[in-house]
Amino acid sequence: MVNQLSSTDTPIAELPGDALRERAVDQLRSELGEALLDSLVKPGDDMWVRVRADAWREAGVALRDVVGLDYFCFLSAIDWMPSPYGRGEDDPTQPQAERDMTIKQGYVGGDTRFQLLARACSISMHFGVTIKADIGDDMTMPTWIPVYAGANWHEREAHEMFGINFAGHPDLRNMYLPTGFEGYPMRKDFPLLARMVKPWPGIVDVEPLPGEPADDAASDTTSGEGGES
Amino acid sequence: MTMLGDRERLSYIASQAADARLNVELETEGMTLNIGPQHPATHGTLRIICRLDGEQVVWAEPSAGYMHRGYEKLTEVRTFPQVTSLVNRIDWLGSFANEVPFILAAEKLMDIEAPPRAQHIRTILFELSRIANVSLFLGDLGVQLGAITPVFMAFRDREYVLNLIEGATGGRFHPNFDRIGGLKDDVPKGWIDETRSVMKKLRTFCDEIEDLLFGNEIFQSRTRGIGVIPKDVALQYGLSGANLRASGVEYDLRRDQKIAMAWDKIDFKVWTHPDGDSFARCWIRLQETREATLIVEKLLDTLPAGPVMAKVPRIIKVPEGEAWVSTENPLGEMGYYVISKGDLGPFRVKIRSASFNNISIVPWLLRGVYVPDVITILASLYFILGDIDR
Repeated sequence: MVNQLSSTDTPIAELPGDALRERAVDQLRSELGEALLDSLVKPGDDMWVRVRADAWREAGVALRDVVGLDYFCFLSAIDWMPSPYGRGEDDPTQPQAERDMTIKQGYVGGDTRFQLLARACSISMHFGVTIKADIGDDMTMPTWIPVYAGANWHEREAHEMFGINFAGHPDLRNMYLPTGFEGYPMRKDFPLLARMVKPWPGIVDVEPLPGEPADDAASDTTSGEGGES
Repeated sequence: MTMLGDRERLSYIASQAADARLNVELETEGMTLNIGPQHPATHGTLRIICRLDGEQVVWAEPSAGYMHRGYEKLTEVRTFPQVTSLVNRIDWLGSFANEVPFILAAEKLMDIEAPPRAQHIRTILFELSRIANVSLFLGDLGVQLGAITPVFMAFRDREYVLNLIEGATGGRFHPNFDRIGGLKDDVPKGWIDETRSVMKKLRTFCDEIEDLLFGNEIFQSRTRGIGVIPKDVALQYGLSGANLRASGVEYDLRRDQKIAMAWDKIDFKVWTHPDGDSFARCWIRLQETREATLIVEKLLDTLPAGPVMAKVPRIIKVPEGEAWVSTENPLGEMGYYVISKGDLGPFRVKIRSASFNNISIVPWLLRGVYVPDVITILASLYFILGDIDR
């Protein structure tokens, strides 16, 4: 029974290089035209594209049907504003430190504080595309559910964590937070209150390397939160 | 209570009878069944709200979030080496496997690679956590269907694997053993021989489960042809791991991507099944457990000598950039999208966990199934609550 049901012993596929990624960029450009704002192919690693917000849905369709990315990986968002609270290492009794609050986007650039981020992969060609789009001030994007059905829950998560609305989404209820929760926890200006009431003991985290003597380094401060499960 | 006259009483009875006839002729009154949050079939605290028509589910909605711990937010206030202690707790049955993609993403950004011996031991521990995780699934599967014996065998034999993980890392559930640039330590003396003997035991366990459970007529009739996921739907929802391979998609990130791990050094089989039903998903996991024991043995045979840690600075600052790394975890594709701004800690980490996508198909999948099958379908999808909620 085992051998009849098992898959064929296909050899390990020869991983295609960056030619596929370059081709994907060309396909997207001919499909979307001006709406493809920027692209980046890192040789041997990965590729990124950025599209205009109004072309988000068309970009998804192009990825699925033209580039051939059949597998939906994830969808999320990024808040590019640096956190006004830093990494939570401030002394709460002191006045807040001055921080550089200039917004600087990552790969393939951007103009807005919030960016949508999604990834889809190809099962047969063994490569994936990370796609980004700037989100305007109305914080509304078209939904990807008609493109990839799996985007449903990811959009619900992005909605409650970042406050992004997805036009056409049937059911933007909260997944994690109680109904009526105020604020969007994954935004950088949402404070992590646990850090504010009690300073974190693990700010200095130096662990001796194997073979090195454990000298004055504070090696016992790496314990995480209490054990779950 | 008001007294009704004869006439009113008669008309009341007549209207009741008419209602009843309508119900018989058209449909029965719907009922909402709430499974969970505390239910053995939910492996934690997942709540499934089903609307029933008779014995059939017409609408189902999983309600997650009872265990949301906000790890994506917490990573933003930790340093890179500290994040592993958090992500350990995402899929707590296969903890070590959660650390690996994050560490690999950080290493990719820093442009360093772990020494070959560290990569090998990482892969061995990765496969051991797969065995520990999936063997519990195989035992638990029996419980969902009313067979009690397999779960005792699973707990018995998983203990050997946990002892191995403890022997190497010091932690049974949360090893926190992976470091940027390698591993905390080498494996102890005698560990390799011990591992070989345990792998034999685990293969015996797989054979026992196959005899007891997979050959069982009741098991087959409860799972065959139930909860069928076609290939294209599985891909659309981003199902991964055994759930995807059970729908006939030959996709395994251990084989299908270039990654700084030792899977490309050995030969192993990617199991698929064409049916896409509950049986196929369970069967794939059984074969993968057995395959994982073979992978561990092959890796032990080719274990290179050398250091287990690359040269990394004592205080780790990760250069600016973005990286996506995902691996084939026990539950499916687990990946981290790490954005660094050249600081001690990550700027943003998007955790793509397998169960989140795997369980998002439930509203689609449960439509039209019978109530007892809800339990088997959920069991065969195999999710860990921490992996859904993060």
